[in-house]
Amino acid sequence: MSGEPLLEGRALHKVFGGYSAIVDVSIAVRRGSIHALIGPNGAGKTTLFNVITGVLPPTRGAVLVKGEDVTGARPDRITRLGVVRTFQSVRLFSSMTAHENVRVGRHCRSRGGFASALLRVPFRASAAEAAAHKRADELLAQVGLQGKQNVRAGDLALADQRRLEIARALASDPELLLLDEPVAGMTPVEVQESGRLLRALRDRGITILLTEHHMSLVMEISDTVSVLNFGCKIAEGTPAEVRSNRQVLEAYLGTGEVV
Amino acid sequence: MHLDPYVESVLIFTGINVVMAISLYLPVSAGLLSLGQGGFMAIGAFASAYLTTALATPFAPALLAGGALAGLVGLLVGFPALRIKGIYLIILTMGFGEIVRVLFLNLEPTGGASGLSGIAPHTTLPVVAAAAGLALAFCWQLRDSRIGWALNAVREDELAAETVGINLTRTKLSVFSLGAFIAGIGGGLYAHFTMFIDPAQFGFQRSAEIFIMVLLGGMGNFLGAALGAVVFTLLPELLRGLQDWRMTFFGTALVVMMIVRPWGLIGARR
Repeated sequence: MSGEPLLEGRALHKVFGGYSAIVDVSIAVRRGSIHALIGPNGAGKTTLFNVITGVLPPTRGAVLVKGEDVTGARPDRITRLGVVRTFQSVRLFSSMTAHENVRVGRHCRSRGGFASALLRVPFRASAAEAAAHKRADELLAQVGLQGKQNVRAGDLALADQRRLEIARALASDPELLLLDEPVAGMTPVEVQESGRLLRALRDRGITILLTEHHMSLVMEISDTVSVLNFGCKIAEGTPAEVRSNRQVLEAYLGTGEVV
Repeated sequence: MHLDPYVESVLIFTGINVVMAISLYLPVSAGLLSLGQGGFMAIGAFASAYLTTALATPFAPALLAGGALAGLVGLLVGFPALRIKGIYLIILTMGFGEIVRVLFLNLEPTGGASGLSGIAPHTTLPVVAAAAGLALAFCWQLRDSRIGWALNAVREDELAAETVGINLTRTKLSVFSLGAFIAGIGGGLYAHFTMFIDPAQFGFQRSAEIFIMVLLGGMGNFLGAALGAVVFTLLPELLRGLQDWRMTFFGTALVVMMIVRPWGLIGARR
C-alpha cells in the first residue's frame, strides 16, 4: 500500500523533569493496517499514545494526521479528525449505562448546544437522536455487548468494560483506533474474541494502533510491529522480522552474558 | 383571587430560591461546585435595580440586562476557574463572592454600604412562577439532549469526555456562565420584590444557602435541586410554632438528612 500514512509521529521527544520518556521516536501508521507497539513496562508506549492523542504535548517533534500537523492540539480536536483512543486503565462514564456511554461517544459527529436543547420537542426523540440510538445498539452488538445496554458501565466486568470503551470509540466514526492494552486482564477465550473483533474492524477499513503485552495476540493479528525500549524505538517490521531481532530478544530476555 | 400577603411572599421567595438552586445545579451537573452564586445574584440585583431606579428602564429589559452582566462576569471568572476542580474551585468562587460584596460596599452609584432603596415592586407571583417555570423547563429539555449528556460526561471523567470529542473549555465555560446568568435573573427578581437591597444580603451566607438547597435536594437531578429550594424555604416557615428552637430544629434536620440520605431528597445513590 502506498500514499501518505494515516498517522505520523516525527522525531517525538517527551521529557518529564530530567527523565526522557520517549526519545526521538518516529512512527508511521499505514492506512488499513493493524500496527502494534510493544516493549517492556516503562518503555514509553503509553506516553507515545498520550502525545499522539493530545493528552500531553510533546517536548519536541511533530504529530501529523492525514498530513495535517496536529502537534499539541487538544484531544477533542484529534478525535474530530478521526483518531480515537481507549485507555489502559479503562475510562468510562461509570454511572451511565452502556448504551448512554456509546451515545455520548457520538458527540463529535452530532450537533446542538444549549439553544437547540431548549428548542427540542419534549417527550419525542428527533430523527438524529433516533438514528444515534439505533447506531448505539448496533455498535454494542458489534463488540458483543447485546443485552447489556442498560447495565451501568461501572457494574460491567472488566472485559466488557474494555469492549464498551471500544464501542464508545467506534461511535465517533474513527479512521484510526488507538487501543492501549485492549486485552489486559482478559481470559484466553476473551483474548481470542477480542482478536477476532480487531481483525473484523480492520477488514471494515478501520486502522488500528495498539499497545499490548499479550505477544501471541500481537504476532497473530499485526501487520507491523514497532518495539520500544527505554523510550527509543529499537526495531520495526513484520511480526516475523521482529521476533527474530536480536535487540528485541535482549530487551525482553536480557543478554546472554552472565554478569 | 386574593392571596394572603404572607402566603404570597413565601411563595415568591420559594420561586426565587428555585431559580437560585437551578443556577447552581447547572454548573454542578458538569462537576463545577460554586460557593459564589450570591455574588452573581448581587450583580443581577444591583444592575437591574440601578437600571429601573436611576435610569427608569422598564423591568423586563433591566432584569435581562442584570442577568446578562452576571453571565458575562461568570465567563470572566470561569476562565481561571476552569483549570481547577472540586474543593479548590469552591474556594475560588467563595473568594469571588466576597470580592463582589466588597465591591458593592464601596460602589457609590448603587448606594455603597447603605444599599439601594425605593425599588419598584415589579416582581409579582406570576413573574416569579414564569421565571422558575422557564428554568425548570430548560433543565427538562437539557436532560436528554446532546449538550446535557456532554455535561454529564464532563462531570464523570474530563479526560474521557475530551476523548469522545467534547470541547472541555467551551462546555465548562458556557455552563458556568449560564448558571451565573440565571443567578443574576434571580437577583433581579429578589431586588424587585424586597424593594431594598444592600451588599450584606448577598454575602457568604446567601451562597451557602443556595449550596445547601442543591445538596439537600440532590445534586444529580434538577427536580431535586428545585425540591431542595422548596423545602429550604418552606420548612423554616412551617416550623414557626417552635419559635426560638426553629433554626436549631432545621439544622438538626439537615444533619439527619445528610446521614440518612447523603445523595439528597431526589437523585440516584451514587
